[in-house]
Amino acid sequence: MSTLHVPTMAEMMAQGQTPDILFWVGCSGSFDDRAKKITKALVRILNECKVNFAVLGAEESCTGDPAKRAGNEFTFQMQAMMNIQVLDGYEVKKIVTACPHCFNTLKNEYPELGGKYEVIHHTQLIQELINTGKLSLKGGGMFKGKKITFHDPCYLGRGNDIYEAPRELIEKLDAELVEMKRCKTNGLCCGAGGAQMFKEAEKGNKEVNVERTEDALETQASIIATGCPFCNTMMTDGVKNFNKEHEIQVLDVAELIANAAEL
Amino acid sequence: MIAAIIFSIMLVAGFGWFGVNILKIRSNILLGRDVNRKDRPAERWRVMTLVALGQKKMFARPIPALLHLGIYVAFVITQVELIEIVVDGITGSHRAFMESLGGFYTLVISIIEILSVAALIATIAFLVRRNILRLRRFHKPEMKGFPTFDANLILCMELILVFCIFTMNGADEALYLQGASHASHEAGSFGFAISSWVGPHIFGGFSVETLHVLERVGWWGHWIMVLSFLNYLPYSKHFHILLAFPNTWYSNLEKKGKFTNMEAVTNEVKLMLDPTADPFAAPAPEGAPQRFGAKDVTDLTWKNLMDAYTCTECGRCTSECPANITGKKLSPRKIMMDTRDRMVELADGKRKNGKEYEDGKSLMFDYITEEEVWACTSCNACVQACPVNIDPLAIIVDLRRYLVMEESKMPTELTGMLTNIENNGAPWQFSPADRGNWIHED
Repeated sequence: MSTLHVPTMAEMMAQGQTPDILFWVGCSGSFDDRAKKITKALVRILNECKVNFAVLGAEESCTGDPAKRAGNEFTFQMQAMMNIQVLDGYEVKKIVTACPHCFNTLKNEYPELGGKYEVIHHTQLIQELINTGKLSLKGGGMFKGKKITFHDPCYLGRGNDIYEAPRELIEKLDAELVEMKRCKTNGLCCGAGGAQMFKEAEKGNKEVNVERTEDALETQASIIATGCPFCNTMMTDGVKNFNKEHEIQVLDVAELIANAAEL
Repeated sequence: MIAAIIFSIMLVAGFGWFGVNILKIRSNILLGRDVNRKDRPAERWRVMTLVALGQKKMFARPIPALLHLGIYVAFVITQVELIEIVVDGITGSHRAFMESLGGFYTLVISIIEILSVAALIATIAFLVRRNILRLRRFHKPEMKGFPTFDANLILCMELILVFCIFTMNGADEALYLQGASHASHEAGSFGFAISSWVGPHIFGGFSVETLHVLERVGWWGHWIMVLSFLNYLPYSKHFHILLAFPNTWYSNLEKKGKFTNMEAVTNEVKLMLDPTADPFAAPAPEGAPQRFGAKDVTDLTWKNLMDAYTCTECGRCTSECPANITGKKLSPRKIMMDTRDRMVELADGKRKNGKEYEDGKSLMFDYITEEEVWACTSCNACVQACPVNIDPLAIIVDLRRYLVMEESKMPTELTGMLTNIENNGAPWQFSPADRGNWIHED
């Protein structure tokens, strides 16, 4: 594994360079140990394809998504305005992010506050890299013939109508994509959205991630793929709940592709 | 002559009272705040045609969709017959259009009869699903009492209506066979698809006098049911048959993930971030300050309130809601029913006691509890599931905004999360300086 090449916007600016795209890492991708692996998988793909990108590093801050979903519009808009100042300061035009919550907020909620950027989800970028021949998978690699099911993140699927990009990537692995009984527009939430990630669930008779993991187990898939660091956490916990962590892996689509391409 | 007068009085009173109730509902909906939903008209017509007229979202569940389609098409087409009923009722004629329309008349009535049978089958199937199979979504706590009665009453009214149609046409057919129908002096058959069988087989044994009475019972019964149905609608969840159309036309056309940005907050935040702003400047005179978020129905938009009136309590939202599925108290359907009930309560109070009337109650707390509001994952499953594009999530979010921004009431973990964002720029307690550390870690 070669070392990662991750320039920051500040470094690039100092050298008089402008990246083609900003990689918005997000809080989870920056601080959560599991999500950092997703971040690095994406960086390996970007490095392999020689994508001219940069990150904000310490200048990045929460998009404000969890504050907004929790009802605190003040905190959200403060975060948004500050982030927009930073992004506009670097004249950012295009953003890629591996978090559907950051993606949704940057894409849909920032424009009215003055932050107008082209925002794509990392599955869309990887799809583009493969379709333009910049990234090639030698066969399916290690995932050939495996059963993989995809859990739709709410803010990618229902929230933004993106269902096909991650699925096309899984099909590129020569793997068998199996759908859960609740998928795409009917996909069941992992239980983390709407700021639930940061609080205990209300009284009920089951945890949402356990209910969702049952859907995934029913498919007999050996890999649960997601496109969201929060879904990843919830599904990983769900699999552990059934003591299946040695049989079933929960992986981000970026990790699947990076591993298949032996990056 | 007396019959024609009675008929005309019923016609005017029936439609008049319905009109009065429609205006009342309109003014109730307009208790809500303004929101612009008139942009992109072409797209709106398209959504309305697909979702309301074409019932696109119903077909996510094909079996109930087909049954519903049967009743829906029968209901719409049967209204054609109403034209003749009104003409006959006022002028005292009998089947006024039969002679002039000839074969076309036979065709239209036959179609109505076939659809009525489809509606009959569907209605019985719906009653069975509700009361014998007891589908779970029809028996959630919020369905106790009036909502269940309301649903069954509507289905029973449909049954009676269909029976009236066949009593009317069947008895008339039996009369015609004997040359005693008011439609013709000769003996013969109307040739209608279903009643040409129903006539001889069900009504064949009755005397001419009895048949004339039965035919009138069917005819008047049909007319009375139409008026009863019309005037029951404004009090019933069944009002969706009308509001589905405007409600889908005024749909939210944005991506479902996009929440509204509160303009009042934007203005405040801009001031806070503007180094040239005068901290001692008097606030701009904007009239009464708007509440942050929604405590009561008057803080919601008129579209939220129209959503509430459009809800037919089918419970597809609730059956798709991850919180409800896992036993939490939140039910998106209950949010809509509570919003409607509170709106009616407040509006009735204001009508009695004047516009400024407040009853000390509110949608938040008196109808909807904090436990329900905080159980939502904002996953949009309820919005996706609704066959008439109702948005329960918009209301839940506005209630959260009120709780957080006006009352600082929220689960303690969320207070911590919000403090972390404000202080560290992340929902967890990490130093912002460490955000780039992952680059150099192994």
